[in-house]
Amino acid sequence: MTTWTPDPSFYPSPRMAMKASPETLAYVAAFDPNRKTPDAIAVVDVDPKSKSYAQIVGSTAMPNAGDELHHFGWNACSSCLCPNAPHAHTERRYLVVPGLRSSRIHILDTKADPKKPKIVKVVEPTEVAEKVGYTRPHTVHCGPEGIYVAALGNREGKGPGGVFLMDAETFDVRGQWEVDRGPQHFAYDAWWHLGHDTLVTSEWGTPDIFENGLIPEVLLGAKYGRRLHFWDLHKRKHLQTIDFGDKYQLVFELRPAHDPTKAYGFVNCVVSLENLSSSIWTWYKDGDKWAVKKVVEIPAEPAAEDQLPPLLKGFKAVPPLVTDIDLSMDDKYLYVACWGTGDLQQYDVSDPFNPKLAGKVRIGGIVSKASHPGAKNGALSGGPQMVEISRDGKRVYFTNSLYGAIDPQFYPDGIEGWMVKLDAKPEGGIAFDEKFFVRWPAPHRPHQVRLEGGDCSSDSYCYP
Amino acid sequence: MTEAVPWFALAGLGAFHGLNPAMGWLFAVALGLNRRDRSIVWLAPLPIAFGHALSVGAVAGTFIMAGVVIDPDLVRIAAGLGLIGWAFYHWRYGHRHRVRFGMQAGLAGLAIWSFLMATAHGAGLMLWPALMPLCTSAAAQPAGAGPLTTALLGIGLHTLAMLVVTSLLAITIYEWVGLEILRRAWINIDLIWTFALVAAGGFLLFT
Repeated sequence: MTTWTPDPSFYPSPRMAMKASPETLAYVAAFDPNRKTPDAIAVVDVDPKSKSYAQIVGSTAMPNAGDELHHFGWNACSSCLCPNAPHAHTERRYLVVPGLRSSRIHILDTKADPKKPKIVKVVEPTEVAEKVGYTRPHTVHCGPEGIYVAALGNREGKGPGGVFLMDAETFDVRGQWEVDRGPQHFAYDAWWHLGHDTLVTSEWGTPDIFENGLIPEVLLGAKYGRRLHFWDLHKRKHLQTIDFGDKYQLVFELRPAHDPTKAYGFVNCVVSLENLSSSIWTWYKDGDKWAVKKVVEIPAEPAAEDQLPPLLKGFKAVPPLVTDIDLSMDDKYLYVACWGTGDLQQYDVSDPFNPKLAGKVRIGGIVSKASHPGAKNGALSGGPQMVEISRDGKRVYFTNSLYGAIDPQFYPDGIEGWMVKLDAKPEGGIAFDEKFFVRWPAPHRPHQVRLEGGDCSSDSYCYP
Repeated sequence: MTEAVPWFALAGLGAFHGLNPAMGWLFAVALGLNRRDRSIVWLAPLPIAFGHALSVGAVAGTFIMAGVVIDPDLVRIAAGLGLIGWAFYHWRYGHRHRVRFGMQAGLAGLAIWSFLMATAHGAGLMLWPALMPLCTSAAAQPAGAGPLTTALLGIGLHTLAMLVVTSLLAITIYEWVGLEILRRAWINIDLIWTFALVAAGGFLLFT
């Protein structure tokens, strides 16, 4: 799997990656919340010129049921062009697809038939647990030392969770990434600033406190994750912890600037215990240290008790539940998914400390159940969740399920899966593509979206 | 005339090593772009070449010493087998190395990085077929120079050629060409490198 010239989907800089031709396929993780039928990686046609536009044109079922496919990633990406560890002739070809619940990792080859990825290797959970001591693999990133996987639990399903490495060509499980984890215990997302030799991790919780859904006492006791960790990417040492404080719970998706010279990024905090708001924080380099600043607060919306699930009745409000964010390749627009209220918001973050709301759509939502021009059945369940942006920043895709055990806590009547697409204007503003509404076939629900050739949360760059 | 061949080979291999993006010119460009600083593009090749010379010197020195202590023919065969073994290692596991330095590397960091890269790539081993005749045949040695001085001169020439090519590429790409060219022109030098290791090993074993 070595080539003569670099994989054409590798770009030295984000500026160059923006000129990539539009994607024609999207890969979507789909899981069965009842854990009866195997989960699948579905392939959605996103080529507007195609007759099967906005349809599922392929699907690869996993060999077992109950994996809970969630996040996934490529074996190799633009960081292979980095000068300190160049692997320019590795192919972006394999999807690395963990089961968050089963801890099984599937390797899918997309090369022979991109619409019908083929499972070429399955790494069983015992192998990962034995070799690195982690379980519940979550985020997958291609990077300077191979494939980095952030896992949420240890062998016993408790903490600490952490990061481990896999070989980008053989998919051997190589070892624990951390040399010195310091006070880090909870894990969730992990990404980096290649220009600043810094890795960042965020926190959800350990499997014993999330696998059966959110536990109200843990949440109200501020005992889920609420911290960011900064690490030396090459020494693999913990450098600094930033605690958001006991009002904030669930510090999730890490979106560092793509431009490696910029030392800032964005992270979402799902809920404030004070007023149920969600918030966006900017982390940034302040002298020798990292610091954070809250830059957006999205308030909860008042609602009648009878419209709310049991968990929220006492609060008489719908929390926005910002559970995913994504940053455009030019670091100009931040997309914010409010899974509770049903908003998908677009912020102009040209000034990372002063985001300006530039666009907004509403679909689904606990109370609003907003529809879509392409939906036949009216009221939609679920809300905007995993967001992915095309490299050129013109198209935004998202799906509506969060996590099997948490979906019914906020949507007790069930979630019917869907995937939609927005068209984004370069000067700001978003609107639904009316022709793009994928009604997801039951019993599966869709989660993360990955775009053919790379997208705005798959690749990192060593050159500005 | 044949006495000059090893010298040309050492210089040629220096140019070849300098040409390989994994040996440092690309790192110099990246540092210039990340720091928006032209001077680092000119400066970085110096520690990079220094680290390269240390690695090449250490490996060559080991074999020269070995040649003094034991039968040079044995050393030749061991070096040949070593090269072919290294080629296999490079082909299978060359992508697995720990990455110890990144965009915040200082000049000392660059030198260590270059030393590690050259060592892992078997750069010093590759020179052995050219260095060996210089050290073993008095005819190839400059007047008055012993094997050690000759070897040092050889490594110096190799490093100079490497430094010139590294600097030229770094400055040209940074100033005029731009990185878009990487997408088309970055041919698989690792593959050529692997063959070069095998060829050098074969040369030692069968001549």
